[in-house]
Amino acid sequence: MEIVRPHSHRNLFSSNDAASAPTIPLYRSAPPLEVRLEDFESFAIDRLRVLKGISDGLSRGKKPDEMEKLVSELWKVNMRHQHASEVLNKDIISHFVLRLVYCRTEDLRKWFLSMECALFRYRFRFLTAEAQRAIMDEFDITCKAVNIMEFESIKEKLGQVARSMGQPLPTGDAIFYKVPFEDVPELVAGRRVLLSQGYAYVAMNQVVSLVATLFRSQLSKTLILTNRKWTSSIREQEKHRLTPIVEALCSSYLGPDFSQPKEYAEISLKDIDQLAKTSFPLCMRHQFDKLKEDHHLKHGGRMQLGLFLKGVGLNLDDALAFWRAEFSKKVGLEKFEKEYAYTIRHNYGKEGKRTDYTPYSCYKIISSTPGAGDHHGCPYRHFSEENLRAALSRMGVNSRAMEDVMNKVRNRHYQLACTLTFEALHGVPCDAGINHPNQYFNDSQKILQPKKDSST
Amino acid sequence: MNPQQESEFDSGALKPYYGKLFPFADIFKWMSYGHDGKHPGCDQSYFGRREFSFTLKGDIYLRFQSYNNAAELENSIKDKCPLKIDIGPVYTVDPAKRHAYAQGGNNVFTPVERELIFDIDMTDYDDVRYCCEGADVCLDCWPLMTIAIKVIDTSLRDEFGFKHILWVYSGRRGVHCWVCDGKARRLTNEQRSAIAEYYRVYKGNENSQKKVSLTGGALHPFLATSYTNVLKDYFEKKLLTNQNLLATEERYEKILSMIPDESIASELRGRWQDNRRSSSAKEDINVVRWEQCKQLLQSGKHKGLRRCVEEIVFSFTYPRLDMEVSKHMNHLLKAPFCVHPKTGRVCVPIDPNRCDEFDPTTVPTLFQLLEEINNEGLRADVNGEWSGTSLGNSVRLFRSSFLEPLQKACKEDIERSYNLKLQQSKNSIGW
Repeated sequence: MEIVRPHSHRNLFSSNDAASAPTIPLYRSAPPLEVRLEDFESFAIDRLRVLKGISDGLSRGKKPDEMEKLVSELWKVNMRHQHASEVLNKDIISHFVLRLVYCRTEDLRKWFLSMECALFRYRFRFLTAEAQRAIMDEFDITCKAVNIMEFESIKEKLGQVARSMGQPLPTGDAIFYKVPFEDVPELVAGRRVLLSQGYAYVAMNQVVSLVATLFRSQLSKTLILTNRKWTSSIREQEKHRLTPIVEALCSSYLGPDFSQPKEYAEISLKDIDQLAKTSFPLCMRHQFDKLKEDHHLKHGGRMQLGLFLKGVGLNLDDALAFWRAEFSKKVGLEKFEKEYAYTIRHNYGKEGKRTDYTPYSCYKIISSTPGAGDHHGCPYRHFSEENLRAALSRMGVNSRAMEDVMNKVRNRHYQLACTLTFEALHGVPCDAGINHPNQYFNDSQKILQPKKDSST
Repeated sequence: MNPQQESEFDSGALKPYYGKLFPFADIFKWMSYGHDGKHPGCDQSYFGRREFSFTLKGDIYLRFQSYNNAAELENSIKDKCPLKIDIGPVYTVDPAKRHAYAQGGNNVFTPVERELIFDIDMTDYDDVRYCCEGADVCLDCWPLMTIAIKVIDTSLRDEFGFKHILWVYSGRRGVHCWVCDGKARRLTNEQRSAIAEYYRVYKGNENSQKKVSLTGGALHPFLATSYTNVLKDYFEKKLLTNQNLLATEERYEKILSMIPDESIASELRGRWQDNRRSSSAKEDINVVRWEQCKQLLQSGKHKGLRRCVEEIVFSFTYPRLDMEVSKHMNHLLKAPFCVHPKTGRVCVPIDPNRCDEFDPTTVPTLFQLLEEINNEGLRADVNGEWSGTSLGNSVRLFRSSFLEPLQKACKEDIERSYNLKLQQSKNSIGW
């Protein structure tokens, strides 16, 4: 692995009192440690349990305080070591092993990056002020504190920002850091900072966001370097020893991949109306109905529904026929062929970059941002209560189950709401929870198909 | 615009337009960002890594076109005579040779630079305008675009610190914005998304009641300034009456539905239902009703309702961006000075400082320009033939307010980073 910033490579992990004063290593360079092969694998699996747990928590829409508890619990359970002095080493080794595992494709890198950053973020909050400051020093943040003169000149606006978030006004001794807005995209996106002339004024209690971004961009760069090293030498050198372990590690834990429909090889166009009624989750059912009604869906909807249908097993020719049948009623056959057919072929990897696009997961759908005229997104999150109730009762959810669903929605557990809907409609518990619209479909078919077979 | 004008457009007329009027040299200079000079710090490959994309007659799309110099670009456009020219990102390698690089497996063909762009389209405002719908615009709804330009332009400059910003009429029903500072061109997708999100207030989709929801004890300074400096005035002085926002029952019901307090809504409804003509006939009914509405909401009796006035104003005025366009580096955007195939109008730059004066219905059309050249006689001018036509002011505006300051800044940047590199290499030799 490459050393990114050798000068700042302090021996964070060699100190003996690591257990008494916990800190987070920044993983800037691979540790000069000898690792036993079984530790290599078992440490990695332990860390993977943590990351997987975070991923599940996030996709279930857990709130920040719940996440904080979850992460702390996951870390305690999985990342301990019988020798206190080894805890930090385990942290570092497991990270670098997983870095090898997850550097190998864009999708793996993306997942690893977001989970490691989430982990870093929650661990950072648990640190003492002193340990936090040490990390801020590592990232050269402390020197960017706003001086008192400047603070006075923008105090009023900083107060406005605080009030807009329902927070108390900053006091005279409050510390703000002035950083390029590019370093705090998350705070910018949430309109949670004051911006002026390209700089963002970050309050002390927002520093975690800044540190996490810097951590993320460092990790993102090094993942690319790791990948290069992996393809150019490690994979071959370690062909008989590490490579099999590394390659097995990610596939066993990332959950199913819905890019290729496997269980139900293909569905036919004539069954699709029926399937929509029985086995589509609400998000897809709603778009499907809207498409039939308006003979049109905007781009976001075409992507979300189109890729779902692809995952369900609709082949390209049928997909074209399906969209053509609806769109041509509104825009005409000619316009459909000219303006819309391309993107459908594109989704199937037949145009442009020729990427075979994967159906959207719940996580992606929940975090999408539908606008005027859009029907995509997660109904549990994006519908008003009345509209959601109406849609659920159209689906056949009875009033008792409805209240349970609405309860989850109010607590922002959108996927649990969807799981309850599934259970109400199928009369069967769904212990794994719904994480993906295609999983909803597959699980539903698993329940419905045998019945159908036995009745015929 | 009207259907008659739509049918006026004929791609045959594009040949003389590209032949005599299209400002190739300016587009080339812009897209070179200073790398067209002789300075040793110039990156000679820069322009050649930019994607251009053409739409030809018969709906043929040509993507990933690239050119090494101004002459190649000009010849290709004159030869192909595209109905539409789109500009894409600058890639790691020449986009025309992307397949050769794709073999390696490791994706070396990726976008590395792209202007930060915004696309604002009048069709996204269909629920708040009554004068026209869909692709049509008129002077009654155009202020919505003026508002968008003012709000976004001010913020891009004062808050994000950008300087080189180009606003362009999209030729039909909206505006495009190109932010061209080096810093803007190198933003990551995540940072682009963050900026787009910063501007997003409108959160409802078709299935949620309230389109704008402003919470918290105060508005963020950006929203507060936009409200007091732009939105409020445009709402009260222009849109309220232009659009007759409160004139009929159907329309005022829409606004009443945004008031969370049922007693206030029904009180207003009661007043508006019976005193249809009782107030002085001189005063505009929309203005009268809005004042009543404001007065009740802001009376202080009902805490938490003051924000409602702002929510209504935001719903009817605040810019609505096509988010996806801004979020990713690889989105294409139509080049300035293209001719819109449906309206025949040229996509001319808009001066953000004088955007109030911009009138989409008087933007020169292709036919008008061709007629002007014919009538003028071929008066040769050092600047090219556009200077004597109605396009003259647009090209001059493009140069003086955008291109020239941009080029100056780019040259300084190149000089600075070149010196820095020299310095660094000197240091390393010393060591």
